[in-house]
Amino acid sequence: MNDIISFISAHLPAFVVAVPLLGAFLTPLVSRIGDKSRNIFAIIITGLTSIFALLLANDVFTNGIRTYVFGGDYATGQTMVRILFEIDAMNAFMLIIAAILPFAAIVYSWGFMKEQTGLDKYYTLILLMTAGMLGMMMTGDMFNFFVFLEITSIASAALIAFWTNKGNAVAAAFKYIVISSIGALFVLFAIALYYGQYNALNMAVIADSIPVEMGFVDKIALVLLLAALAMKAAIAPMHMWLADAYGRAPSSVTVVLIGTTLASLYAGFRVIFTIHGNQLEQALNSWTIFGYEFSISLANMVGILLVALAVLSIFIGVFMALKQVDLKKMIAYTAVAEIGYMLLAVGAAIAVMGGDLEATAGYTALKGGIFHILNDALDIGLLFLVAGAVYYTAKQTSINKLGGLARNMKYTTVFFLIGLFAVSGLPPMNGFASKLMIYESTFQINPILSIVAILCSILLLAVFVKVFYSVFLGPKLPKFATAKEVPISMLIAMGIIACIIIFIGLFPDIVLQNVVTPAANALNDASSYIAAITGGI
Amino acid sequence: MIYNIPFIAVAALILIGLYTVIFKRNLIKIVIGITLIESGVNLFLITLGFRKDSVAPIFTSNPDVSQTMSLPVPQALTLTSIVIGVAVLALMLSFIVYIYRHYKTLDVRKVVGGDDE
Amino acid sequence: MSGMSKIVKTISNIAFPFVMIYGLYIIAHGHLTPGGGFQGGAVVASACAMILVAYGSVWTMGKIKEKRLSILESVGAISFIVLAFLGIFIITEGVFFKNFLANTNLMFGTTVAFQSTAANINTAGVIPLMNFAVGLKVIAGLFAIVLVMAYATSKIKEGKTK
Repeated sequence: MNDIISFISAHLPAFVVAVPLLGAFLTPLVSRIGDKSRNIFAIIITGLTSIFALLLANDVFTNGIRTYVFGGDYATGQTMVRILFEIDAMNAFMLIIAAILPFAAIVYSWGFMKEQTGLDKYYTLILLMTAGMLGMMMTGDMFNFFVFLEITSIASAALIAFWTNKGNAVAAAFKYIVISSIGALFVLFAIALYYGQYNALNMAVIADSIPVEMGFVDKIALVLLLAALAMKAAIAPMHMWLADAYGRAPSSVTVVLIGTTLASLYAGFRVIFTIHGNQLEQALNSWTIFGYEFSISLANMVGILLVALAVLSIFIGVFMALKQVDLKKMIAYTAVAEIGYMLLAVGAAIAVMGGDLEATAGYTALKGGIFHILNDALDIGLLFLVAGAVYYTAKQTSINKLGGLARNMKYTTVFFLIGLFAVSGLPPMNGFASKLMIYESTFQINPILSIVAILCSILLLAVFVKVFYSVFLGPKLPKFATAKEVPISMLIAMGIIACIIIFIGLFPDIVLQNVVTPAANALNDASSYIAAITGGI
Repeated sequence: MIYNIPFIAVAALILIGLYTVIFKRNLIKIVIGITLIESGVNLFLITLGFRKDSVAPIFTSNPDVSQTMSLPVPQALTLTSIVIGVAVLALMLSFIVYIYRHYKTLDVRKVVGGDDE
Repeated sequence: MSGMSKIVKTISNIAFPFVMIYGLYIIAHGHLTPGGGFQGGAVVASACAMILVAYGSVWTMGKIKEKRLSILESVGAISFIVLAFLGIFIITEGVFFKNFLANTNLMFGTTVAFQSTAANINTAGVIPLMNFAVGLKVIAGLFAIVLVMAYATSKIKEGKTK
């Protein structure tokens, strides 16, 4: 038995990506047997993937960086030309998110999608999307990242257009695939620039080869890469695809889409912190005014730019959420604002790098931003699942036409309350812990940032209280007299995420010490990422 | 100068493709613009593999082992990119068939931005 | 779409085996000459598309049901992943995607001497097998895409809305 366990844990990185791929290819054959067996097969595959991902994350948190080379021995020099997965603590943190969301989505789709046709293609595409998302989060090779990015975007575009009888879902999917495809092509252009300069595609080897004084081509590649990854991560002003795409897809698809958006955000952080880790504190321009030295380093410039984009995101997200009438679009704009919060914290941490605030406020900001990735994925996921439950019962999502649903759907109301508290940052939910870290650290860096953050949190609370009142409370409408509670599989999925939210909210210290702090340390520490490949041949 | 012509072609293709995506109103022309950008990036990838006075990297039973061969890795990267481009193109055209069936028009200003029914 | 005239049908009947053989040659020699799974599969799929244009989409959809193409595609994909998994399970201390047939004397396993430029088809291990799997998937996939698009467009022209 020990043999089998050590055998499985030696090959875990390959299993985490290969099992959903195998499941996706087997689904058309399994679905010829019957509907129920296909659903059970999908749940088994996603359950296995989640277990493997959590085991791998546990292994990395206890034992350090793991690398896995595809198709090669660990002989001299062979590591650097092959495709490899390199998993450090930040990757393990993202794996925890990727383990929870697809499992909840597939358990939810048992009940939600029961009367639809074309379901074997739906399950195939969701498993493909899971495999692509996991590959994006684990890979250590830039071209491999591009391939997984395209796999994910093609599968998710096909799934956004799932309800083809409504024309606007297909229009939203078309908008998504055009924007996503152009972004991915520019990522490929930047990767080709790196390849032409350094003859390497491996992230660690590129990080080792970029000289400390950045050349002109390196600056162009960095700008293109950051702009394209920001477009995929829905940062303003490139956020416009997110409202339509999240709002018109089926809710279980949106939950996995959140995971892929956050994986692109993680890739942006990986490019800045690890690939350009040695150049971040290099002064780009320096002047001497009245005998006092001013110098701007790369970290300052990138950090200020990211903070500006993040503030724009938060404003646009919150103010567009205020005027929406459609429930799902409102939650989608909230997601834009929340991604702005993550970027605000990490951008502020980058902007003070190399200065005197780095070890205190910058470190707390980095930890707060990373913690907010996990919290936000769970919160927005739960809110979308609740919106899907409302759509399942009432067949529409416009706030003006809903009302008084709390009498018939008690559990759904409780879950919406949990999501409301979590998203606006109220205790005792998990949003409070991460938002508190963001407020206090950005206040030390620049008070205006934390004023913006607190103000927009209060506005979000106002938006959601209004929605809660008009959808769930109020007099019972006659057309919803026969509305019942949603099927139990949807309740189980919402319950899983709600339990994790409450757990993180009540014990944030456990999560902070064991999960978030190693991830923040791994982001800051580019040299051990590089040394795992080039040093330990 | 003659060795720079592929790079100039890459820049021209990407710029014309971007112009088409941004400024044209027909849905099919937008798809053609994306194909142009993709062709430009593929050409860029292939051009990076060329070395001076090199031949193609194929087994030819040629006993002269000192002949330089151009790099085969960019060819594999370009092939992967072309396959991805085919899949994206097929998906976009299927979406256009659905959109035409539903909205009865191919003008992008009337299709995108439509609200709920 | 409806089919074309008798001359076109006869000529495409004659040309189809030649194009198919050419495409299968490109797939099979993928480890020696330029080519491989996707390129050869695209050639064979274009031959199938020629048959589709000559005979009309309604007739072709009647002869080749879409379900069979889907199963063929799944067989190609599953055999690719199973070959990759065999790298872990067959040999001791294997990794995922390991070439477990190269440099042994099994199916495709002759060793190539260093700096030799002679092309031997019996080399390169598990790569030709993966070429076959990818080629099968590409043939079925591309032909299914073209067939379904042509059939759907013909349904629009007839006035049916779904």
